[in-house]
Amino acid sequence: MRYLPLTKDDRAAMLARIGARDVDALFRDVPKSAEAPLESFDLPDARGELEVERAFSALAKRNVAAGDVPSFCGAGAYRHHVPAAVDHLIQRSEFLTSYTPYQPEISQGTLQYLFEFQTQVALLTGMDVANASLYDGSTATAEAVLMAFRLTKRPKAIFSGGIHPHYAATTETIANLHGKVVRAPVAPGRVADLTSMIDEQTACVIVQTPDVFGLIRDLRPIAEAAHAKGALLIAVVTEIVSLGLIMPPGEQGADIVAAEGQSIGNGLSFGGPYLGLFATREKFVRQMPGRLVGETVDADGRRGYVLTLSTREQHIRRDKATSNICTNSGLCALAFTIHLSLLGEGGLAKLAAANHARAARLAQMLTAVKGVELVTPQFFNEFTLRLPRPAAAVVETLAARGLLAGVPASRLMPANPDVRDFLIVAATETNTDEDCAAFAKALGEVLS
Amino acid sequence: MSETRYTEQHEWVRVEGDEGTIGITRYATEQLGDVVFVELPDVGKTIAKGGQGAVVESVKAASEVYAPVGGTVTAVNETLNGDPATVNAAPEEAGWFFKLKIADKGELASLMTEAKYQDYVKGL
Repeated sequence: MRYLPLTKDDRAAMLARIGARDVDALFRDVPKSAEAPLESFDLPDARGELEVERAFSALAKRNVAAGDVPSFCGAGAYRHHVPAAVDHLIQRSEFLTSYTPYQPEISQGTLQYLFEFQTQVALLTGMDVANASLYDGSTATAEAVLMAFRLTKRPKAIFSGGIHPHYAATTETIANLHGKVVRAPVAPGRVADLTSMIDEQTACVIVQTPDVFGLIRDLRPIAEAAHAKGALLIAVVTEIVSLGLIMPPGEQGADIVAAEGQSIGNGLSFGGPYLGLFATREKFVRQMPGRLVGETVDADGRRGYVLTLSTREQHIRRDKATSNICTNSGLCALAFTIHLSLLGEGGLAKLAAANHARAARLAQMLTAVKGVELVTPQFFNEFTLRLPRPAAAVVETLAARGLLAGVPASRLMPANPDVRDFLIVAATETNTDEDCAAFAKALGEVLS
Repeated sequence: MSETRYTEQHEWVRVEGDEGTIGITRYATEQLGDVVFVELPDVGKTIAKGGQGAVVESVKAASEVYAPVGGTVTAVNETLNGDPATVNAAPEEAGWFFKLKIADKGELASLMTEAKYQDYVKGL
């Protein structure tokens, strides 16, 4: 295989295709304030290791970290307890240093755990087949939309208003040259009617459950409406632990499930690396992006694992591949698989029940505060409150008091004045009774 | 009366009236190995000469099958969906891919006759 570097003409053609004037135009989203020239940074000369450690520890202490204070932040990234065994096992060098295998069959251990991972994801989501993972939930959603465009040969994708805005934005960035992405209006705590938006041009409808406000959605009516028009239903799940209690999207009629797997086995880690989960029906498997491990037997009849249906993939199909922008998150997938194996089916159901009980109790305590109203009538471990004033300022005040009260909806939807007073609050097994009581007390004081 | 013409990419087209049946040659199947999947075009689709008509996937590779002549797809070989190995068993008979209503029979002139194709393959 030859190495063909990019020519000037290639570059010009690519820029013209996406409508960018020059390479600099690709960086226009970087804020001006972040563009300071290197010379303007007042970096001191070399210091001793001990001094550097001291300086950076002091700097780090200025953060209010989710692990150090009562934290109720969720909105797509959830703090759960990860057993010490997970970290211990994934740090074995065979696992820690391995990259996605390009001579795969020599790496039977890697293939075996990915096969187990796929099996777990397929069972959790209620689908026939899952791939060996993608970058994260948002890119998995974008890939699901591209897959729906290919399968239906239609150009339109409809996002429900309850989709996490970052997921919709990522999908728009990746899919906008392949089709049109439409977003339904945002209605916190309510189910907007999407069915009237579905037409013969619609490739797919994308519904998140629980949605970004925490509302649990019944996917069945929307699956029926989508299928009646020949469109596909893509279900998005950002809190995978919810599937320990809620009926899997596959049983509710979803054709593709795109999810974030961070909650199981993986820490918050400043937002990444995370774990994209992707599952679909067997009849769609040839249009599925990403690696797929299969089980087989060798010449002597012994069990073995192989990468299968690789002809869909970029190293073989090149420009005609199902995706040229994906990889698998091997180590995060391994952490997921180990944690879920430790939990088992019963353990996951118990964990999910504990999360819901904790959130239900917290919601009760917080709505006892005068002027605070619950807007999500059914939820899992996350719900949305309407405060008597803008939520962002309340969150700031509580953070100064050493409590992370949740994610103000305005942070996710800065251009939408209607969500200003909404606060998205998550509670997991990591929040103690004391945390919850402290939250209710502090909120009462700040709002009084 | 039918006549069969060949391309350098190892497709064949058998012409009867203004209909062309298209498949890949035995030489192509020998190069590909066992065919495991064939993706066929939609009936009614219009394909230009040299445009992608189908995809054939073997244990070794996935390759595009290009239309030797332009036209509109009138039929596809549904047998291949259930039994793609038919392509290996009978590449130039039961293993055909799709049929086209040929838009311009003049395009056939640029294709090889069977004798010419056999010479071409010998030279590879």
